[in-house]
Amino acid sequence: MGRKITICIKVTYAEGDKMRRRTDRGLIQDEPLIFEQGRKGRKGYSLPQWDVERIEADHFIPSSLLRNHWEGLPQLSEMDVVRHFTRLSQWNYGVDSGLYPLGSCTMKYNPKVNEEIARMAGFSNLHPYTPEDLTQGVLRLMFELQNFLAEIVGMDQVTLQPAAGAQGELTGMMMIRACLQARQERRKKVLIPDTAHGTNCSTSTIASYQMIEVKSNESGIIPLERIVELMDEEVAALMVTNPNTLGIFEENLVSIAEIVHKKGGFVYCDGANLNALMGMVKLGDLGVDVVHINLHKTFSTPHGGGGPGAGPVAIKKELSPFLPIPVVEKQGEIYHLNYNRPQSIGKVKNFYGNFGVLVKAYAYILSMGPEGLKRASEMAVLNANYLMKRLKGYYHLPYAKPCMHECVFTDRFQEKHHISTLDIAKRLIDYGFHPPTIYFPLVVKGALMMEPTESESKENIDQFIETMIGIAKEAEEDPDLLRQAPQRVKVRRLDEVLAARKPRLRWKGTGS
Amino acid sequence: MQDYLRYIPHTEEDIQEMLNVIGVKRIEDLFQTIPERYRLSKPLNLPEPLSEPGLIRHLSELQAPRMSQFLGGGAYHHFIPTIVSNLVSRSEFYTAYTPYQPEISQGTLQAIFEYQTLVCQLTGMEVSNASLYDGASSLAEAVLMASRITGKKKILISQTVHPEYRQVIQTYMDPNQQEIQLIPYKKEEGRIDEKILFDYLQEDVSAVVIQNPNFFGVVENFQPIVERVHDSGGLMIVGFTEALAYGILKPPGDLGADIVAGEGQSLGIPMSYGGPYLGIFATRERFIRNMPGRLVGETIDMEGKRGFVLTLATREQHIRRERATSNICTNEGLCALMATIFLSCLGKEGLKELALMNLSKAEYAKRTISKIQGCRLAFPSPTFNEFVLQVEKEPARILEKLKKEGILGGISLAKFYSELDHHLLITVTEMNKKEEIDHWAERLQYALR
Repeated sequence: MGRKITICIKVTYAEGDKMRRRTDRGLIQDEPLIFEQGRKGRKGYSLPQWDVERIEADHFIPSSLLRNHWEGLPQLSEMDVVRHFTRLSQWNYGVDSGLYPLGSCTMKYNPKVNEEIARMAGFSNLHPYTPEDLTQGVLRLMFELQNFLAEIVGMDQVTLQPAAGAQGELTGMMMIRACLQARQERRKKVLIPDTAHGTNCSTSTIASYQMIEVKSNESGIIPLERIVELMDEEVAALMVTNPNTLGIFEENLVSIAEIVHKKGGFVYCDGANLNALMGMVKLGDLGVDVVHINLHKTFSTPHGGGGPGAGPVAIKKELSPFLPIPVVEKQGEIYHLNYNRPQSIGKVKNFYGNFGVLVKAYAYILSMGPEGLKRASEMAVLNANYLMKRLKGYYHLPYAKPCMHECVFTDRFQEKHHISTLDIAKRLIDYGFHPPTIYFPLVVKGALMMEPTESESKENIDQFIETMIGIAKEAEEDPDLLRQAPQRVKVRRLDEVLAARKPRLRWKGTGS
Repeated sequence: MQDYLRYIPHTEEDIQEMLNVIGVKRIEDLFQTIPERYRLSKPLNLPEPLSEPGLIRHLSELQAPRMSQFLGGGAYHHFIPTIVSNLVSRSEFYTAYTPYQPEISQGTLQAIFEYQTLVCQLTGMEVSNASLYDGASSLAEAVLMASRITGKKKILISQTVHPEYRQVIQTYMDPNQQEIQLIPYKKEEGRIDEKILFDYLQEDVSAVVIQNPNFFGVVENFQPIVERVHDSGGLMIVGFTEALAYGILKPPGDLGADIVAGEGQSLGIPMSYGGPYLGIFATRERFIRNMPGRLVGETIDMEGKRGFVLTLATREQHIRRERATSNICTNEGLCALMATIFLSCLGKEGLKELALMNLSKAEYAKRTISKIQGCRLAFPSPTFNEFVLQVEKEPARILEKLKKEGILGGISLAKFYSELDHHLLITVTEMNKKEEIDHWAERLQYALR
């Protein structure tokens, strides 16, 4: 079962002036911090040639305003730097390393051609204040991407400005706020189900709303009757995730949206889980007024170890006047950036958005076409249901109904062996898999949230399933294996309490 | 054409086997929870899929032409060492998620720890987060953080802060009904007017926000301001758009700044038509628990070996939810990695040399145009690699003429400052060769006739 990596060689390496000989764990080499390396006088750069007179800074700038010392900052040769970061990379696990079933994160394959395209000089070397007559191609790209996204979610208009999902949420909530203000309404509350991402809650606070939590029912969805009770003229919006973080489609959304609209509120949808819906249903048809889209999830742009992403926001017409500036528009055959929008909420980011990410999402949509996107959603849902069906019985399934693109298990069956979700997750690492999302959503105790995505073949998923089943057996027969996991890694379980109690957030010299 | 199947590995046989296991007949059966009347019966109205070569051809055609450029104003054309793009192309870095599982994310975590250290060294501050979206939103987060610390709602912001950054601050602050007071600049110097600032500096002020070098490229001297700000119980926030300037300028931390928040694009990140960039955010240790964004900390594993983890997460949205210090989740991790590689590669000598080259080239450009009639430097103050040129002819027409020669000759300031309607912001970096500067000056002279 699973893959095993057992390589053991001896590695010699230098640390400071001392040569030490030690046995490391296989090819996982030790690599000191960049500050613990290098020599005075070593260099790793090559700058353009001096072709103007070299002027010392104090010739123009008073020396009281000039830097008089450098603390740290390494001096390394180019290969030193290359080896350092190459080694660091080898301690990482990415989608290209193997199955990455991180629920709610949609770790699908990131096409390489899109990376290359985003680096084309005519995109990557383009200054944002370049005059519009020279940027017609990139404005066209943005304009078309807006339209593609609007079509996919069934909305009227899209802004590409937000840098990530959370900033998209903020943009959307501010537009709702601005719209209510224009109607001269002051509403204070936002309804958020208990299954929501933490960003929904913090976004509503930053937008100055008071959050009212809506308890989901025993089927894992928002109960219609709770919305009837809670919805009043004080509520600005309902923030809903669909499919929700349990991987379940919010079946009552249309009726819920009607209730919210009747009382003058808006329905905000967190589109983090859009990967289940492309070509199957449009959120706009279900009564959603605003939805943000994570291009770094559904539209295949890489996560980059925590960004950059992009979080475009799609809206219904009513909110159009409040879109952030500038809006990319087309007049006749000419594309342009329209700043003249007096009711706009302003800007959430400088310039126009994470353009480099937008290029990749645009390329992805063009590669997939309408059938391809639909196929992606179908296979994502097929993979999740297959996984759920086969693991059922080995792991506790709190909501036993068909899922969408992800499914949520718990550690309840393993509890009696004093094995927790964390142990299961760490044991998966020993078998060469990235663990699922753990302990989220918060409403499920000991949650293991799995999202295989459409990128994984049946064989890959079978291998993962067999490993999970094997781990369930290990939990019964040899639970210590799980408690001691992971063992075949660069570092073992880390002391997170120590990290938080005595924060060391930077290198401070030897003995830091 | 079904070339998209290269991204989706399922064969018809796989699908059938999987459906059998699940116990349904067709794929559509898996979507039964979606009310039938809302299920789409028509395909999405999108273009038919392109092949890989077709895609490359199409996107190539959308590229913008190459120009000689003298543009800055928050995005800078700098040399990016080849190893930066080469190393960040390692998919172990770019196809990984946020490092929630530290045992298999030590690469990302150690790199962020190094990034946090480098930012502290660059800014002279004590603690840095793992990055925010960009300079503008970083500065906005700084303003919100100052309010959390001081409990006050008014900020004084210099008019020489990048106008788009001020717009973003306005957007972020609006809901809390905080008050923003704009502090004008001295018309003859292009620097913040301290006298007016001091008039507004009362006990109700949460923070004073300046930018250094400011939007006009001018080096601000905020040392006299810091003490007064602190005396009144406020915080000093220093923003920047050109991180490279700190290769030679005194870091804001050394001058008493409480929060430093700005743009890291100059540190190895391409201009990419405005993003993705890098929001740098650093502060004092005593404010750690009020900081937005992720933090990586050093710790040990169960065998006593050094390792790194995400820490102090109780500030963050996924733990604290509606009481979090910020809603940020995904940040700009890969851009932070680019900056880390860039700074590792340049080191202290390289960074200083590069900064001096920028200063020297900008000074050369200033000297060259000083001989031209019909234009003059708007502010005689010291600058880094940008300066404001006052011109006698209509700026838009000048820029249009230069553009026809293949030169993006500057940014007209009229759209940002109504009083600067005959002014251009000129940026000169190490990428502008001497001949290129001479050519620009020559065409400018011609356009000013």
